[in-house]
Amino acid sequence: MTQPATARRLKFEIFRFNPEDENSEPHIDSFEIDETPFMSLYIALNRIREVHDPGLQFDFACRSAICGSCGMMVNGRPALACRTLTSDLPEDIQLYPLPAFKLIGDLSVDTGTWFRGMAERTEAWIHERQPFDPEAEEERMSDDIAAAIYEGDRCIECGCCVASCGVANLDPEFLAGAGLNRVARFMMDPRDQRSDAEWFEVVAGDEGVFGCVGMMACADVCPKELPLLEVYAYLRRKTLGARFMARNTKKKSA
Amino acid sequence: MTTRLETTDVLVIGGGLAGERCAIEAAAAGFDAMILSLVPPRRSHSCAAQGGMQAALANCVKAEGDSPSVHFMDTVRGSDWGADQEVANIFAEEAPIAVRELAHFGVPWSRVKGGRNRYFIKGAAVDIDEALENDGLIGQRDFGGTAKWRACYAAAGTGHAALYAVDSEVVRLGITVRDRTEAVSLVHDGSRCLGAVVRCLRTGNHFAVMAKATVIASGGYGRIYGQYTSNATINEGTGAVIALDTGVVPLGNMEAVQFHPTTLSPSGILVTEGCRGDGGYLLDKNLHRFMVDAEPEKQELASRDVVSRHMAQSMRDGNGVDSPYGPHLWLDIRHLGEEHLRTKLLEVWDICRDFAGLNPAEDLVPVRPTQHYSMGGVRVNKDGQSYGLSGLFAVGEAACWDMHGFNRLGGNSLAETLVSGRLVGRRVAEYASGISLRADTGYAFDAIAAAELRARSWLSRTGNGPNIYEIRDAMGEIMMHKVGIFRNGDELNAAVAELQQLLDDCDNAVLRCKDPGVNPELAFALRLKGMLRLAVTVAMGARARTESRGAHFRTDYPLRNDEQWLNRTLVRWAADRSEPSFSYEPTGLIDVPPGHRGYGSDERIEMKESIDSYNESVLAEQTGHGRLETVEAMGSRLRRGAWQTVAH
Repeated sequence: MTQPATARRLKFEIFRFNPEDENSEPHIDSFEIDETPFMSLYIALNRIREVHDPGLQFDFACRSAICGSCGMMVNGRPALACRTLTSDLPEDIQLYPLPAFKLIGDLSVDTGTWFRGMAERTEAWIHERQPFDPEAEEERMSDDIAAAIYEGDRCIECGCCVASCGVANLDPEFLAGAGLNRVARFMMDPRDQRSDAEWFEVVAGDEGVFGCVGMMACADVCPKELPLLEVYAYLRRKTLGARFMARNTKKKSA
Repeated sequence: MTTRLETTDVLVIGGGLAGERCAIEAAAAGFDAMILSLVPPRRSHSCAAQGGMQAALANCVKAEGDSPSVHFMDTVRGSDWGADQEVANIFAEEAPIAVRELAHFGVPWSRVKGGRNRYFIKGAAVDIDEALENDGLIGQRDFGGTAKWRACYAAAGTGHAALYAVDSEVVRLGITVRDRTEAVSLVHDGSRCLGAVVRCLRTGNHFAVMAKATVIASGGYGRIYGQYTSNATINEGTGAVIALDTGVVPLGNMEAVQFHPTTLSPSGILVTEGCRGDGGYLLDKNLHRFMVDAEPEKQELASRDVVSRHMAQSMRDGNGVDSPYGPHLWLDIRHLGEEHLRTKLLEVWDICRDFAGLNPAEDLVPVRPTQHYSMGGVRVNKDGQSYGLSGLFAVGEAACWDMHGFNRLGGNSLAETLVSGRLVGRRVAEYASGISLRADTGYAFDAIAAAELRARSWLSRTGNGPNIYEIRDAMGEIMMHKVGIFRNGDELNAAVAELQQLLDDCDNAVLRCKDPGVNPELAFALRLKGMLRLAVTVAMGARARTESRGAHFRTDYPLRNDEQWLNRTLVRWAADRSEPSFSYEPTGLIDVPPGHRGYGSDERIEMKESIDSYNESVLAEQTGHGRLETVEAMGSRLRRGAWQTVAH
């Protein structure tokens, strides 16, 4: 539980750019601070802002790896800053904003717009035919299915997978790990009554699961360790199955 | 910089569960709704609720016999009789609907497994056969201060799952969400709220949104306790501040502040009550289960105020475990086993690994009580409409509705967000359908100009003034150590004086970053004065309340005093006054007479007045304090005597 006192002096190199300021040019600023026991990047960045540079922009909210606000590039790798301990890093720490998202300033990026767009394009909500009946008992569901859906629901939309994805960095419409996981979560939910043909429209295009080139950095960087390889396999199988069924049905009717 | 004016029907300030559910109701009724949020709404602090949402579904064996009446009774007891009992009853009756509606929106509730289940109850393993005919219904787990297992849950990510499901509905309905915006003042004419002035956190620009109805849903004010809170960095009480700044809207029961027994030491990150609900227990430095001695009946599952006090006392008595960050106690969940911890308590597993570097299946978890919840907030009537300003509503933690009184039960806030969001949303829609938009540009432009002036005056100050972050840290130390779990007159006097000094310091503080646009130092500076004013209302309210009730505990007045203090604190603070003004109203119509909670102290000063006499004055007195008329008459939703028919 107790971490030994540390004598390290940490050297941060932090990307700076304020797109709102026409005089701002992208550059790197360096800061040095003394490491303290259990220092996370949440503590370190606040210290840098409060002591060295009050204009430094970054995002934190829950500071407990639940809200997904603080994704950033830590020594070249997307990570949640709040749960990254400096003791796990070398003395030299480089921080950049997540790529693939619009830069707001310094380490702060606009994930909100990206995720809302993804949710709208994939219609990421339960497509149920019946309106809610406040008098009725809940529909039953096995605890195993609930647990499986919950596993898919655990994504915190931090954007680390998107930032790590070669395709998403080139194609802003590509659903990437978080988007595909979201689709799979609704696809496996028996309450969502979308047909195979409707699902096919959502995931079969270049922006969907077949746009993935299989580098799987997303699975390596996901802070929630979501089983993205299995998610993509599930989506491919379901989608191809639907295609196969549609073709055979067409042949029969022809 | 161009000054802009926008319009909508319903303006919702805050994108957490309560605000989003309210906006959904207004949008479903055909109104144009706009949600303002400091962060993308799925990052709101609702996402951090872990263990459960209370609703009397009674689907498992240990929930048998549960009903809204039992839930109502638990809630009133939990509140230490500080709650408005009619509101508590509305809540208990509608909570099951809210849980089932969330299932409709997609929440993957953990379900009852028919057949043999192994549970841990009061430290022992117990095998219980769940009825096969209940297989697949929404399951419940145990929580503190409840007579029955009632907390419906999705592993230990209940708030996350609920928020994502509700936000999906917001997306489906196409509701406008403006993330990275902050409401910095309300536009009003002294009797009606006309909208809000908004600061865009991407540009620093101000604009106004004029609305038929404005809803404050900005959450609690835990960050006035500095680092001593489980709350997110965004829970700075901004909604309560803009209501207080009107000078006409009172805040209710600001001194009612909850301390959660189990937050990780030293980070203050929440570890759910579900750990104790599922059979975990608390140990002192001698590995002794002190809660069994302190509360033989409820043990670790007494209400949060009671457990936190026993923990604080244990550490005061020298039984805490020493650490460089001060003493802590242990939470032991090892016996629940890795499989349970990695499924039903998965988020706890992750938090222990990520933030304490330990494995809760093998290691004890270091915990201590930390500020967690704000029972106080914008005082509203049972329709959610504020006292003092028509067209202004408040929901969720930002509001003092007031079903929690002086102590909220675990799992009741998540349920409140959905129940009050649905109900108040309906009232907001009714209100909006009865009036036309008044885009009074005069009031709006004046309010925008005032907000811009505030920002400019911060930027123009020069010299060697105090540092805003040092003021913030000093506020946190004062609040935790002098307005914390144990309070007394001397320390509260000191706290009030020191906070007033910090207010003066705040007026002289100087920023180092002079950027007029996006400027994180300025953004925080603009909130700091309001946070200090909230802190003063908490400290002064606590100093004035010379009794102990729920989470408000005075070592110099250790008894609950129903003769003098069976009331709710109201505080208003006009902008030109150096101090707030306090008044007191009856809690509401009383159905369950004040009595013993079933845990904690059984000693109290009894009320002398008869219940009938107390109840006779409620309507007139509350109306005199600014309560606006409700759609249905006062008392219409109180099911008088229903609680007497349930066994306790």
